[in-house]
Amino acid sequence: MDNVLGQVRHTFIAEARELLQEIENALLALEARPQDNESINTLFRAVHTIKGSSGIVGMETVERFTHLVENLLSIVRDGRIRVTNRIIELLLESRDHIALLVELAAEEREADKDVLARGAHLGDRLNAFFASGPEGAMVSESASKKTDDTAAQGRLASTDAWHLSIRFGPDTFRSGMDPASFLTYLTRLGDITSLVTLFDLMPAFREMDPESCYLGFEIDLKSDFDKKTLEDVFEFVREDSIIRILPPHSRLESYIELINDLPEDAELLGEILLKGGALSQTELDDALRLQSAESAMADSERGEAAQPIGRILINEGMVPDVLVDAALEKQTQTRVHKSRESGTVRISAMKLDALVNLVGELVISSANVNQHTRRLKDNGLFEAASNMQRLVEDVRDTAMKLRMVPIGETFSRFNRTVRDISSGSDKEIGLVITGAETELDKLVVEKINDPLMHLVRNAADHGIEGRAERNAVGKPVKGSICLNACYDAGSVVITVSDDGRGLDREKIKEKAVSLGLIEADKTLSDGDIYKLIFEPGFSTAQEVTKLSGRGVGMDVVRRNIDSLRGTVGVDSVSGKGTTVSIRLPLTLAIIDGFMVHVAGSSYVIPLEMVTECVDLPDSERNADKRRGYINLRGEALPYIRLTSFFDCAETPGYSGARESIVIVRHAGRLIGLVVDVLEGEMQAVIKSLGSVYRDVRGISGATIMGDGTVALIVDVPAIVQTVEEEIKTVGSAQRT
Amino acid sequence: MAVPAITQTTQYLTFRLEDEVFALDISKVREVLDFTTVTKVPRTPDFMRGVINLRGSVVPVVDMRLKFGMTMTQKTVNTCVIIAEISLDNEKIVLGALADSVQEVLDLEPSQIEPPPRIGVRLKTEFIMGMGKQGDQFIIILDVDKVFSTDELSMVSGIKDAAHGV
Repeated sequence: MDNVLGQVRHTFIAEARELLQEIENALLALEARPQDNESINTLFRAVHTIKGSSGIVGMETVERFTHLVENLLSIVRDGRIRVTNRIIELLLESRDHIALLVELAAEEREADKDVLARGAHLGDRLNAFFASGPEGAMVSESASKKTDDTAAQGRLASTDAWHLSIRFGPDTFRSGMDPASFLTYLTRLGDITSLVTLFDLMPAFREMDPESCYLGFEIDLKSDFDKKTLEDVFEFVREDSIIRILPPHSRLESYIELINDLPEDAELLGEILLKGGALSQTELDDALRLQSAESAMADSERGEAAQPIGRILINEGMVPDVLVDAALEKQTQTRVHKSRESGTVRISAMKLDALVNLVGELVISSANVNQHTRRLKDNGLFEAASNMQRLVEDVRDTAMKLRMVPIGETFSRFNRTVRDISSGSDKEIGLVITGAETELDKLVVEKINDPLMHLVRNAADHGIEGRAERNAVGKPVKGSICLNACYDAGSVVITVSDDGRGLDREKIKEKAVSLGLIEADKTLSDGDIYKLIFEPGFSTAQEVTKLSGRGVGMDVVRRNIDSLRGTVGVDSVSGKGTTVSIRLPLTLAIIDGFMVHVAGSSYVIPLEMVTECVDLPDSERNADKRRGYINLRGEALPYIRLTSFFDCAETPGYSGARESIVIVRHAGRLIGLVVDVLEGEMQAVIKSLGSVYRDVRGISGATIMGDGTVALIVDVPAIVQTVEEEIKTVGSAQRT
Repeated sequence: MAVPAITQTTQYLTFRLEDEVFALDISKVREVLDFTTVTKVPRTPDFMRGVINLRGSVVPVVDMRLKFGMTMTQKTVNTCVIIAEISLDNEKIVLGALADSVQEVLDLEPSQIEPPPRIGVRLKTEFIMGMGKQGDQFIIILDVDKVFSTDELSMVSGIKDAAHGV
């Protein structure tokens, strides 16, 4: 039982985090366009969902506070107060407070005094807005009283009234809608002459879900507006609810149709129509007579159609289980609803990994089957096997894609970061996001968040100058930070660039010398100097701000990226800006590989990097006369012998045969890799070599081939980097 | 004199490296496989024989003979890979260890196990959990987590030769 509740809480917390992100995005969008109804509605829905589900899982602190936020939002939504910067600011702070409360709940800690005090303070501010709204809560209360009164009186009216039949869908509350507010709104459009509330859909107590809406209304309304306007009132609930609007003086048949369409008993509806004054007694009698004349066929059809959605859900979806807490049921329903809304399903990453692993094995077994099939030379079998292999490959592709998520969500979080920094300083900064649709493995996306956060903060805090300074050098007052992601030769490149003052080469050098990282008289390339900022404890900032300058950030950035087997580079032009590019491998994805043999072992080179293959010229084969580069159509192409890089003895078996160069493109340059045999293209499922081989340079992973043996995947960037470093050490050793 | 760390009768898997009999706590052993094709990972010490495919996962294989300063394991009909589960930096990893032959599963009481001798053994004493006695034969009980600790498996290129200096 505890376990079940624990799971529910867990789901709630995961969901709340997403919703909080949604709230933040919506708030930022609202700040840019205060009139944006869409954002207000998103906000309202998200806040409402958090409120509802926090109540279910018993987090009263969250529920109480969210309720205050919702109050404010509801008057914003009704247009009773205008969206101002102050409101946005307050809502952002409130959002952070909710986030804090949720995190506290996640860690099962109690809120301490400070948190409570802040909550109370925010609550007061929220209430202040609420009270100062021009009409306040009074309006809606009096309005609903009025409708109640009219309903109670059941005053007869002439037939020049509209008749509205509304059956709110079971999910109405969950979508953040309140039937009462629709009625309130209706009173603005006209005069409600009759209102009857129907709750016949309400199931037995045990089956009832307090979060579902079982309400229906029969309303007679005197109004000068046209049908379209009335329909628009119910725009937000139109999809889930039954809305029937009959204009004044409608024909009798329309009323019959109406009665047939609605789930309630015909007699009852007839009575309501009669009572509300929509129909006279004779008209009703005629109508009922007409209706009973209808065929039994239509009758049964109606019976089926009449089954309310809510009940179907409850009967079929929510099998009552004495052991399952009612709360869990509600949660499940909410989730069902949510996933239908966004078209996604939440799956635990572990299950996904298990699936991907199984699929990987399936691929290998299928390749095995194929090998045996070829040996047997049975045509039917061969065809069946190759069909199966194709399907298996499709399955694999799909399974692999399941783990990939777009980077955009991570990027959009920085909108807030940038906004906070610019509002907390004299800077004006915009964030430009491109390539948000670039997909990366989920794990990578999660791990890249912190490094990016550091980089964005650094760019905003150190990179972008203040308004006055920018003005003085003739730059636009508003600085910009660009986040971009794109695919490049088998990896993903994420760049964080700003148009700020750029890195101060001399200052970095000075600092590095004082820290003893480099010697004062050593000449270093710009790239090498800029790389120094990633050294632990390195910061040239004169003063430590609350955001950065402690010299911890960049070190963490590099370590995090290293752990993802990525590389990071800096480029900077003084006065123009800085660009930090992070190159990440598409780990865990499948890759198209190019299989080669080196010293008798199989290696896979990511196919995206391979541009072409050429023969190694005889002149380069002779160990004494090697130059280390070849002439490729007039250009010098440096090459690396994989045999020597991998420390294998040059296989004597291949001394007589020809060797080939696989030309790969890395970071815009062409480099040759000398291999013994070219095998051809293959698809490789990347397997990690595990923590034991974490420090191996030049191999990024392994893959399992059709015959069950393991082939290694070549990490071209790492090889190039290692060789460059080796050459450098050799070079400096020779100089001394 | 008993070993303080061993307080109850435990089952051990015994195996042979050259002429010596070693043992592993059976709870660490997942399975025993025939010696299959091992793919060498370049730029790693010799005792890291490479990786094998264990039903879809890539599992590293360690040549324990090389690790303990003997000659390289040669493939025979009896050569086996003992798949063990060890904890490395609080992380469970699966690892294969080459053995010349696997012998039997053995119950040893704490009284049958003595602390490792300080001298007279070829391998580091910290690798040895104790010396079991069966009849008049000694069995070296390995502390598998220590043998395959991060330091021991450290793959930083350039320390290649350290592997032999056991």
